[in-house]
Amino acid sequence: MKIVLVVAALIALGAIAPFVNSYILILLTQALVLGIIAMSVDLLLGYTGLPSLGQAAYLGVGAYLTAILASTHGFGLEWGFWLVVVLGILAGAATAALFGLFAVRASGVYFLMITLALGMCMWGLAYRWNSLTGGDNGMNMPGRPSFGIDLADDLNYFYLVLGFFAASLAALYVLVRSPFGRSLVGIRERELRMRILGYNTWLHKYIAFVIAGAFGGLAGVLWAHLTGIVSPGDVILTTSVDVLLMVVLGGPGTLVGGAIGAGVVVFLREYLATIVQWWQYVLGAVYVLTILYLPGGLMGIPERVRRRSSSKIH
Amino acid sequence: MKFRKCLLAGIALGIAAPAAAQELRIGFVAPMTGIFAQIGKDMANGFELYLDEHNGELGGAKVKFIVEDGEGKPPVNVRKAEKLVRQDKVHMFIGGLLASTGYALAPVSSRLKTVYVLSVAAADDLTQRDLPKYPYIVRTSWSSSQPHHPLGQWACEQGYKRVTTVGADYAFGHEVVGGFQRVFEDCGGKVVQKIWPPLGTKDFGPYIPTIKQDIDAIFSLMVGPMALQFPKQLQASGIRKPLIGGGTSYDEFVLPAMGDEVLGHVSGLQYSAALDTPKNIAFVRKYREKYGKVPSYYSESNYTTAQMIDEVMKRTKGKWPGPQQFIKLITSLKLEAVRGPVRFDDMRNPVQNIYIKKVERRKMFGYPQEELWNTVIKTYPNVGQFWTYDKKAYLKTPLYSRDYPPCKYCD
Amino acid sequence: MDANFWLIQIFNGVSYGALLFLLASGLTLIFGVMRIVNLSHGAYFLLGGYVALSVIWTTGSWLLALPVAALAIALVGLAMERVFLRPLGFDPLRQVLLTVGFAFLFQQAALDIWGGDNLIIDPPAALTASWVVGGLYLPVYRVFMIALAVAIGLALWLAMERTRIGAMVRAAVDDAEMARGVGIDTSKVSMFIFALGAFLAALGGVVGGAFLGVYPGLDFEVLPIAFAVVIIGGMGSLAGAAVGSLLVGLADNFGKALFPELAYFSLYAPMVLILAIKPTGLLGRE
Repeated sequence: MKIVLVVAALIALGAIAPFVNSYILILLTQALVLGIIAMSVDLLLGYTGLPSLGQAAYLGVGAYLTAILASTHGFGLEWGFWLVVVLGILAGAATAALFGLFAVRASGVYFLMITLALGMCMWGLAYRWNSLTGGDNGMNMPGRPSFGIDLADDLNYFYLVLGFFAASLAALYVLVRSPFGRSLVGIRERELRMRILGYNTWLHKYIAFVIAGAFGGLAGVLWAHLTGIVSPGDVILTTSVDVLLMVVLGGPGTLVGGAIGAGVVVFLREYLATIVQWWQYVLGAVYVLTILYLPGGLMGIPERVRRRSSSKIH
Repeated sequence: MKFRKCLLAGIALGIAAPAAAQELRIGFVAPMTGIFAQIGKDMANGFELYLDEHNGELGGAKVKFIVEDGEGKPPVNVRKAEKLVRQDKVHMFIGGLLASTGYALAPVSSRLKTVYVLSVAAADDLTQRDLPKYPYIVRTSWSSSQPHHPLGQWACEQGYKRVTTVGADYAFGHEVVGGFQRVFEDCGGKVVQKIWPPLGTKDFGPYIPTIKQDIDAIFSLMVGPMALQFPKQLQASGIRKPLIGGGTSYDEFVLPAMGDEVLGHVSGLQYSAALDTPKNIAFVRKYREKYGKVPSYYSESNYTTAQMIDEVMKRTKGKWPGPQQFIKLITSLKLEAVRGPVRFDDMRNPVQNIYIKKVERRKMFGYPQEELWNTVIKTYPNVGQFWTYDKKAYLKTPLYSRDYPPCKYCD
Repeated sequence: MDANFWLIQIFNGVSYGALLFLLASGLTLIFGVMRIVNLSHGAYFLLGGYVALSVIWTTGSWLLALPVAALAIALVGLAMERVFLRPLGFDPLRQVLLTVGFAFLFQQAALDIWGGDNLIIDPPAALTASWVVGGLYLPVYRVFMIALAVAIGLALWLAMERTRIGAMVRAAVDDAEMARGVGIDTSKVSMFIFALGAFLAALGGVVGGAFLGVYPGLDFEVLPIAFAVVIIGGMGSLAGAAVGSLLVGLADNFGKALFPELAYFSLYAPMVLILAIKPTGLLGRE
């Protein structure tokens, strides 16, 4: 039932896109890109119980790789784009494989702290390695790729991103429904018991971490082409925090929740900011109220309504 | 009879009814939240002051001024600029504080074929080697190295022979120090040591003890909180060498929070709030009355930008002439701005006075209290972005960076 | 690089470490007792500076600003713990995220109340001099920072070891359930510790205000450094915070002096090393 809803929503999104004003189209595209990384964070948080505050690092790796290949080497602007996508995914996964060795030994808030610190290391690199990353100035992308379809057209780019989003959602959905995915949930619930049952819980967590990194890298590639500029600000702590909060807002453990959270945050940040001066308060209040009163996030609202209405009957 | 009265009234009304004023939609992108929030506000305030003085009109066109918060982050700036152009249909967008913002927004202007006026962002190459990529930009403020060429000349003329530079380690810092070094050394001086504390350093403890003893002066480029800390910590360490600063080391944004440790420190910029001209006195008084602080070059730059747009719109009688014609008209201006006479070079960057100024504690402009002011001690007129160098030869040399000009006299 | 150079660098590193201790001690105590990673700790630091400035602007007294700012922010911390964190029960993740939401709110509120100018807290003239000791210029303010950190550190240690409250805190850190079992009101302990953590952070902000300045964005700038200290020293350990601050202060200082290109690495390199060798930190447990 839920699958039907999600597919319908995606189709509807694709259908209205040509009629939406071009600024909103860009915001939608941004929400979808962030949705990809948010869903990867949900894999870690909602399914495996690992709260990571450093996922921006993998977005950064993907984004900078794309920018360096495009502006310094002129690569990735035609059919090479697809190769860059693959490289971005691999780079994200490789970085997560390295960082995971440090992070996955910990759990709970220790894990949170360590991923935060590692994320900051990546930021320091982006910021200081001037010759490679352009440092504080960032790197300008020389334009969007064109291979038969010209991605400079925002509508075309939107459909491309929508495609990647749908593919990521599908892949993650299959993953969490698989025995591997189920064992992740088992680890989240009762790690000790899983270990007693003979599962190599460290390996499971590590693999989930690497997979999340891979999706982060993909999001990074798409992000670089979306904005046209990559800078250390993309890799900073507040980006990781935003992504985690998107998952909490949308509803952890639901996959789609992350995407919904991304949409809400993007519209609050980008759209509300153009209407009112005090949008930061709204954003902060939304976070605080969600955490206090909506543990299941927005996706959890129907469940709560159902529970309250059924409890009323008794 | 009645009919005639009606007819006359109708004709009178027809003549008296003013033609509907053309609307000029101007977008403004600057940081309104985050670390640079106050600078962004100062920028917008400068522009708005001019609008208020002119009834919200520029050259007869009614201005719709839309301010967006770029947060100092390139992607946010890009998004806001796109919103301004696509949704609000602005005729031009202005602003950008950091070099990274300038680099992020310039391509947007090319992509959306809309005028982008850089009213603060100083990155050299935007109006030098990269200019051909950006046919829709014009810069009304300065380029990073522009004031520091004459400053290098001035330092040499003071008899300083050996200088240590301490500059924030990012592109802006490199360009400022580079500009100073080039002219200082071409005049016969020697930069014997270059120290680069990272942008945002507040604790100069690691760096100050490494400063050489046998030098004549220190050249420092500090920004924001760094500018407050460096002179204090330098003084506390016992070093008593003369201090020469880059444009942002002592500008009016940071000056009010400084103390006696900066008395006598010299810097160079195209503006000083202590400029003793009627235009500036009026500007400072009005700005201070309205906003409660002495204007910095961030405010002046945007005020003058508004003035320039006003002049252009006067020439087109209030009608928007289209982006290419607008750029042509604005770059052909010669005007008396608050900062002095300004015109443009053929690369769309201003040619203007550069003021060498010294920090003094005094009373100015009729204010009763003694405060710190950047007193102008020398003016270099008609300074362009290439100083006295031949443009073509200059552009063949690399952009100033950490290693260019190379430190020939460092050991 | 003569002996003087090394001595000055050591002195600078230790003084920076002193400031870090004020910042990190609160963070590590809050973690030790409540298992909460307080991501609004940076905001407490910054707000401490801002409140101190307001006190100085109205009363002209820097000496008064120190306790007033620290107490004011302690109250804010208390309120936050009571009203917002407590109802979440024992759910560290949600509590952490809540502190993040508040960090954003605090940052915007500070901007609205105090504006965005870069400010500095000027210490009284007596502290701005420099002692000249054997050719070395030692800024008195840095000496003061070290002295303050040592005093606070001693006070905390004595409180932990010698007072009843300290015993209760140590019990709660060791094993909260057992502590409740023997009748210790752990909720009161939590409340007290959170307020104490905020107090220390705010004090750090006032002291650091002369040194780092007070401006929007400082909150998220100091936060990762505080984490580096706590990770290295060991979360929940006061002694760890002391050792960690010293190490980070010295490493950062020497790193910047000797290898300026690697400035941020000298800050995070020890952290990564510790994470590789002993993930719970030098003096952390479990």
